[in-house]
Amino acid sequence: MFRNQYDTDVTTWSPAGRLFQVEYAMEAVKQSSAAIGLRSKTHVVLACVNKASSELSSHQKKIFKVDDHIGVAIAGLTADGHVLSRYMRNECINYNFTYESPLPVGRLVVQLADKAQVCTQRSWKRSYGVGVLVAGLDESGAHLYYNCPSGNYFEYQAFAIGSRWQAAMTYLERRFENFMDSSREDLIKDALISVRETLQEEKLQISVCTVAVVGVGEPFHILDQETVRKLIDTFEIVREDGSPAPEPGDAAPDLGEAAPAAAAEEGAAPMDI
Amino acid sequence: MDQKPFSQGLLSSEADSQRTLYPYVTGTSVVALKYKDGILMAADMGGSYGSTLRYKSVERMKSIGKHSLLGASGELSDFQEILRYLDELILYDNMWDDGNSLGPKEVHSYLTRVMYNRRNKFNPLWSSLVLGGVKNGEKYLGMVSMIGVHFEDNHVATGFGNHLARPILREEWHENLSFEDGVKLLEKCMRVLLYRDRSAVNKLQIAKITEEGVTVSQPYSLKTFWGFSAFSNPTVGAEGSW
Repeated sequence: MFRNQYDTDVTTWSPAGRLFQVEYAMEAVKQSSAAIGLRSKTHVVLACVNKASSELSSHQKKIFKVDDHIGVAIAGLTADGHVLSRYMRNECINYNFTYESPLPVGRLVVQLADKAQVCTQRSWKRSYGVGVLVAGLDESGAHLYYNCPSGNYFEYQAFAIGSRWQAAMTYLERRFENFMDSSREDLIKDALISVRETLQEEKLQISVCTVAVVGVGEPFHILDQETVRKLIDTFEIVREDGSPAPEPGDAAPDLGEAAPAAAAEEGAAPMDI
Repeated sequence: MDQKPFSQGLLSSEADSQRTLYPYVTGTSVVALKYKDGILMAADMGGSYGSTLRYKSVERMKSIGKHSLLGASGELSDFQEILRYLDELILYDNMWDDGNSLGPKEVHSYLTRVMYNRRNKFNPLWSSLVLGGVKNGEKYLGMVSMIGVHFEDNHVATGFGNHLARPILREEWHENLSFEDGVKLLEKCMRVLLYRDRSAVNKLQIAKITEEGVTVSQPYSLKTFWGFSAFSNPTVGAEGSW
């Protein structure tokens, strides 16, 4: 993307029919750390990469509970993400108060999208610089949506946003046909593996990723670190054996030489050949 | 901005003539119960103007959306106003066009909010509402009063129905009534109301709502019996009276 004379205002069209400011907002999403969502018939899982800027600081919160049946993961300008989460929480609470029923996910997503669209058509505003993965459950089943800064939204079986999303998507594209019937555990494992795909050099550790689940009979909540650690250990060990297990390890060629070191040790990182 | 004159006090709205102060044309009891396949609701077709039985073909039960049935007693113009609110609510619900729809629980909660908010402004909708419906196999039956008191139960009634019909229902209602038994039970309640409620008229409708939808019966009358011996010579104990 290069600077040009049509990119100053969000209300200026380019001759090719593009709104550059909106596209730049979508760039902000692509440059941030990854967030991934997958869903089955009964559960939706969100996982994200949560790197702290330095050893001294805490990491930014990217997953927010919006209601018992809805949660979001964001990628981009986290501050914008906070504002949108607060809006979504408000909408859910207001609906619940009036109708004593949970707000259907599809409707919340449309409201969020319309809110984002407004910012693309006012000269005194800018787009929200955040992509939102909305995971929720309602009468019509489990849903995963992606809300774009442009005001577009789509429903997905699985999706990844943020940096190196392509790596996660490659994995997801290979496996998505099985997701609808996946068990909760397999879905979480697939999410963790997708997160790992986006961490090219690094090891998948609990300090780096956060996982949240919502499902039938299970309100939206973020999994505690202990649970996540155990899950990471399980599939790392499976991978080392090379055995098929609930989900086959990657087809990547480096697996055969995986170091015998347990995931807990600081041995050779899984991705190193 | 002109201030309200202080003499008007705190209990008046902008123009007093716009508030409901008393009911004028009223409907009497509505009785409803849950049965095997859904909800059965009965209401007569009378609209009273004080003690005059002025209107005799008033439909006091209406279907709302795909899943609900609303019956009302009290001021009939307020019932019509409520129907307009619900029309708009259902319209917007349909405009989402997304496979989701408001069920009876949602409509009941919405009505509760409307009634309670009006009560707080000292401008009530002078109606007692019965809201019944079925969605995804779940039966729902609730009531909202003009002051916003609301609850759900297996059988509900408004007005006189609370005093005359509910005791009968408490004795004789049970889970999984058949359609025929439900209708018989409702008719028993309506007959008592016809005998004892001055504002009842002998022309009623029974409505049923199931997963398939709403059916409102044609108006019909109940058979009554007045041949009690005490009625044949009423002045026997007080000669000269009439």
